[in-house]
Amino acid sequence: MLDRAGHAVTSLLAQIGEASLFAMKAAREVFLPPFEFRETLRQVYELGLRSAPLIAVSGMAVGVVLSMHTRASLERFGAESMIPAGLAIALVRETGPLTAGLLLSGRIGAGIGAELGAMRVTEQIDALEASAVDAFRYLVVTRVVACVIALPILTTLMNFAGMVGGFIAETSANGMSMGLYFTRAFSLIEFADYVPATIKTMVFGFIIATTSSYLGFNTSSGTEGVGRASTRAVVMSSILIIVSNVLLVRLIFFVFPKAGG
Amino acid sequence: MAHVATAVREPAAPARAGTLAVRLEHVSKSFGSRRVLNDVTFDVAAGSGFVILGRSGTGKSVTLKHIMGLVRPDGGKVLVDGDDISALDGPELSRVRKKLGFLFQNAALFDSISVGENVAFPMRRHTDLSDSDIRARATEKLTAVGLEKEYEKMPATLSGGMRKRAGLARALALDPKILLIDEPSAGLDPITADEIDDLLVGLKRSGGTTLIIVTHNIPSARKMGDTLAMLHEGQIVAQGTAEEMDRSDNEMVRAFMTSQHAG
Repeated sequence: MLDRAGHAVTSLLAQIGEASLFAMKAAREVFLPPFEFRETLRQVYELGLRSAPLIAVSGMAVGVVLSMHTRASLERFGAESMIPAGLAIALVRETGPLTAGLLLSGRIGAGIGAELGAMRVTEQIDALEASAVDAFRYLVVTRVVACVIALPILTTLMNFAGMVGGFIAETSANGMSMGLYFTRAFSLIEFADYVPATIKTMVFGFIIATTSSYLGFNTSSGTEGVGRASTRAVVMSSILIIVSNVLLVRLIFFVFPKAGG
Repeated sequence: MAHVATAVREPAAPARAGTLAVRLEHVSKSFGSRRVLNDVTFDVAAGSGFVILGRSGTGKSVTLKHIMGLVRPDGGKVLVDGDDISALDGPELSRVRKKLGFLFQNAALFDSISVGENVAFPMRRHTDLSDSDIRARATEKLTAVGLEKEYEKMPATLSGGMRKRAGLARALALDPKILLIDEPSAGLDPITADEIDDLLVGLKRSGGTTLIIVTHNIPSARKMGDTLAMLHEGQIVAQGTAEEMDRSDNEMVRAFMTSQHAG
């Protein structure tokens, strides 16, 4: 029993070590030539642009719900006029980045885990190497760069869609005009609210791409392994995003004290 | 019989420079507790056909992957055109790999691009040819394997045999000096298998391409192989010409050589 537990812990630690080395290699090779511009652009399209509808629709839904909850709370104090600004700050500082990160860990993480896993079990990764192509640079580094670029853009889209959703809820509830809503929404947002929280999602992008690439790249056991890699990519990416978010928020408050105010 | 080994042979004396395409020196490899290759040594002369025979799971494909540098040995050296590929990395490894073509057992076509683009892929990566020249050369390679009409098709729409032939066309894309082929006739009908064998023999004779082939198909091995080697439990147990293998004092080798299995 103790032996089995010890073996499991050793195996887990070995895997964490391997995954960390994999992520460090990816971080280093992002800055080393040759750069796979064409494949990176393709990945920005596949992973980023094609995620836009999911983010836009989800963002609007989140905005509507947040607006309804905020209204229910602020109405008691007669502070309905603060709803747009409160909603915008909540979205930009935390709800937008974290929700986008979690949604994309599902869509992108599962996609990368399954695609690279399938390529591994069908020997397509070996075939790339046999074609004298560095499979790590071609498959992993390009996805890491694409995710790091796409996440902040998609987060901004989510924030905006959330505000549009909030406007729809507000105008339905009290007929507020679009001009007034957005003037109030942007009235309290500052540099320290938007920039650090959005840049934070570059770390989320790195986490999603490296975690799911690692799991896909090291898939074994045929199609069952591909399914497992895909599921684990989503679970691990989501957990790492939530945990790293705690540390990143702490760091943001330290570097930008106004962001916590 | 004189040249047929019945146990692991000592490595051959180093051949004159330039005459060896591939040399494995005391190569060993284990996966977990399972030893797949155990002190394997053999030479492949440039421009010759070298066939690796053996039952399933004896390490034949792993041997090919060592030569391509896809698997690193636990011990020993894998010399490809004079370079120890097992010690190379990065651009140096790519430089050596460009001399090699590899046909995988299951073809391993890239399933996100068309058949033609699979063949064009190595050319796009490693040559300065124009798009039209690459397309023309890819079509030429596909024509050689009878797939000129399938350029635009996706790999998933091809039959197993067609995928194999497309994989061969991709392996030939850069006109490699050394061609590694894992089961060339698996999944092919006898007529197509013969045509592929003839194509490979033609490459060897007219182009001086070195062929290293893993197969279970004995007629095919006789046609393409100047030297045949029998791998059993991770060791080369016999090596020689087809005639020498026929006369081997190892019963298993003789049984293998007289088998009628054609796939």
